[in-house]
Amino acid sequence: MTPEILLFFFIAAIAVATAVLMVLQRNPVMSAIYLIGNFFCLAAFYLLLRAQLLAVLQVAVYTGAIMVLVIFVIMLLNLGNEAQLLEHFSLKAGVGIALVCGLLLEIFYVVFADKPSALPAPLTPSNLGTVESIGSALFGKFLLPFEVTSILLLAAIVGAVVLAKKHN
Amino acid sequence: MSVPLPYYLGLSAILFTVGVAGVLIRRNAIVVFMCIELMLNSVNLMLVAFSSYLGDVTGQVLVLLVMAVAAAEAAVGLAIVIALFRNSRTVNINEINILKW
Repeated sequence: MTPEILLFFFIAAIAVATAVLMVLQRNPVMSAIYLIGNFFCLAAFYLLLRAQLLAVLQVAVYTGAIMVLVIFVIMLLNLGNEAQLLEHFSLKAGVGIALVCGLLLEIFYVVFADKPSALPAPLTPSNLGTVESIGSALFGKFLLPFEVTSILLLAAIVGAVVLAKKHN
Repeated sequence: MSVPLPYYLGLSAILFTVGVAGVLIRRNAIVVFMCIELMLNSVNLMLVAFSSYLGDVTGQVLVLLVMAVAAAEAAVGLAIVIALFRNSRTVNINEINILKW
């Protein structure tokens, strides 16, 4: 049990706990705050995996922009607490839970069963997650997706403005 | 010795299924949207784990593109929720059923 594995389990416990709490909260603002905690745990995982740029971007883009936008919208719509999480134990929720458990079992089976050979030892080059390596890949091999993403963001901005403005 | 890869895959699977459960159970449209973001993040974690264990930077570039797409989706999705709320005064997805026959 190296310190790294202990740290992994500690952060994993917090990540799963915040995710489950986010789903079970009745107040949408508390859900958003638990999701922000989950995103910070994921940023810590990216640091454990030596993906430095993505850890910073996770905090800056996901927690700093997307979740702030979500909280703005919750405050703007002035939503109250959900009256009750489930009015009655509906059949739909039961089937949903059963399907989710089935999905989890299926994913675990695919990932952990029938291992053909041992996994290769991690061969991370020391400069894998740095800005330079991601930058040279982004502007070299992935130049077309990068440029198309800029068009996508432009379309999203225009779309959001058109959808959300008041039409008098 | 670093953390074995299956640990990350198992954690990603658990987070993904928690997100799916949230999408199926919750009725508030914004909480459903947040659960979708949780699913996207679990896939991001799996991509970064594979990228780190195979020494390929492609996974991390893909995560960058997924983050950009998620930001665009967040903006447009929340604009849709705002427009919907303006018309029907509710974000309960059980009550927004005017397309149902």
